[in-house]
Amino acid sequence: MIIGLNQYLIVAAMLFTLGVAGIILNRKNIIVILMSVELILLSVNINLVAFSTFLGDLTGQVFSLFILTVAAAEAAIGLAVLVTYFRNRGSIAVEDINMMKG
Amino acid sequence: MPPISFALAHTLPELILAVGALVLLMLGAFRAGRTDWIISELAIGLLGVALITLFFPLQGVAIVWDGAFIDDAFARFMKALALIGALVSILLSREYMAREKIDQFEFPVLIVLATLGMLMLISAQSLIALYLGLELMSLALYVVAAFHRDNIRASEAGLKYFVLGALSSGMLLYGCSLIYGFAGTVSFTGIAEALRGDVSIGVVFGLVFVLAGLAFKMSLAPFHMWTPDVYEGAPTPVTAFFASAPKMAAVAIMLRIIITAFPGITTQWQQIIVFVSILSMAIGSFAAIGQTNLKRLMAYSSIGHMGFAMVGLVAGTELGVRGVLIYMAIYLAMTLGTFAAILSMRVGDRYVETIDDLKGLGRNNGWMAFFLAMMMFSLAGIPPLAGFFAKWYVFLAAIQGGFYWLSVIGVLMSVVSTFYYLRIVKVIYFDEPAAAFSPVNREVTGVLVLSSLAILLFWVYPSPIVNAASAAAKSLF
Repeated sequence: MIIGLNQYLIVAAMLFTLGVAGIILNRKNIIVILMSVELILLSVNINLVAFSTFLGDLTGQVFSLFILTVAAAEAAIGLAVLVTYFRNRGSIAVEDINMMKG
Repeated sequence: MPPISFALAHTLPELILAVGALVLLMLGAFRAGRTDWIISELAIGLLGVALITLFFPLQGVAIVWDGAFIDDAFARFMKALALIGALVSILLSREYMAREKIDQFEFPVLIVLATLGMLMLISAQSLIALYLGLELMSLALYVVAAFHRDNIRASEAGLKYFVLGALSSGMLLYGCSLIYGFAGTVSFTGIAEALRGDVSIGVVFGLVFVLAGLAFKMSLAPFHMWTPDVYEGAPTPVTAFFASAPKMAAVAIMLRIIITAFPGITTQWQQIIVFVSILSMAIGSFAAIGQTNLKRLMAYSSIGHMGFAMVGLVAGTELGVRGVLIYMAIYLAMTLGTFAAILSMRVGDRYVETIDDLKGLGRNNGWMAFFLAMMMFSLAGIPPLAGFFAKWYVFLAAIQGGFYWLSVIGVLMSVVSTFYYLRIVKVIYFDEPAAAFSPVNREVTGVLVLSSLAILLFWVYPSPIVNAASAAAKSLF
């Protein structure tokens, strides 16, 4: 079997769906949400690199390098916010994030 | 290839903010421990200088930095609004931050960095520039939302905003990757070129994801879930900032990407915008009725207002874009004025924020009651206040574009939203007085008075705003 663009796009779409499902269905804790976010960003990178190769155009790979760096910054900030939340609440379970409703 | 001085001249506001933010950070770090006003005063100065450079007579449209950055009248108009929003938010924050003992120097620095992201977002001319601008803005905003780090509500607001924001930028990116793959380029004009002939379904998929990501930043329904919680939990000056400046940037990039990159698939994006517009107007009007917290009420109000603004975009014409721009300018004045009023609500040493605290304000503090009531009438859209003209310009564009039923729905939703604005006026003037508010400082009062005068007297001399918006809308087409 020849692996073409479609196979890459299908893998990326599956990873993206898994990431979104991980954020929406997850009932346990927030670290899993951070992991799901990373999964989404990596699926986008697969998409971009595959497109870039098949179009013969480097822009997609440049874009994916930018995404990698921003994703690192985003994870750092996410963990920092998570730590301040944990200090105040003493828990990072998703069902405990319920101070404000309505 | 234009000389580098040309490119630098057209990115002067961004350069000032970027260099300035780094200098302020160093200054703050070396003065560690000493809490004084100097950093926030310098930040206000920086934003002011950046605002002034926008009025330098640079004519025409310049696309610089390898096609990633565009400087035109539209960008300058929206940048001016975003800078005013940021500047006034810092002004409003100073007394509050000091009283709540969170007046660290990082706050103004983060606001300047977020504003830098907004300016880059407004001027983005390719998908990469769009993503980097959006993330620079959002990353700073996540931190600012949780700035009161010993307060459980603020840190919960920051956490919720971060999780949903990361999801939305993931969706936006997935859309960008699809558009890049099927259009073969990341530049907006290149995408428009590629969509001339047959349109592949992949691009339409990408468009849906990109619009979902941007709708999140604008807090359009059905992507509005974060808005009420974050507005309620974050410190009030931060909420004022969230409701003003980032909205300007998000609306600007929404208009720019739709008008410059996707004129080839108008029917597709129109369906999406009509849907989110109607849903936002409905949620903004009905969900706000039961609210007791003013900040939460303002969150639903801003969802509704974004829905009204999008009515102008639906037409997809120059007139429609002009309507949205005027709407945003007036919305900025109304939001900043209302938050100045909320920041004046202090009993003793404690800031209060429920509607019941406003009881009998008409007898306790006649002027503040009058200004707040005018804000509420304007938000409801009652003539001759500015809020009426904001709605008039967008509905005018929708009707001329043939969207009669959308305008009818919009007007009906506006009537529903009048209920909760008028309830506040009723509480102010006809209820038994509650505890009187302590006096506030000159800055907050000044913002309240100036924005009230702006919305009260808009009808006397509307031409500066209307002409600037016309020129800005023209440069987009």
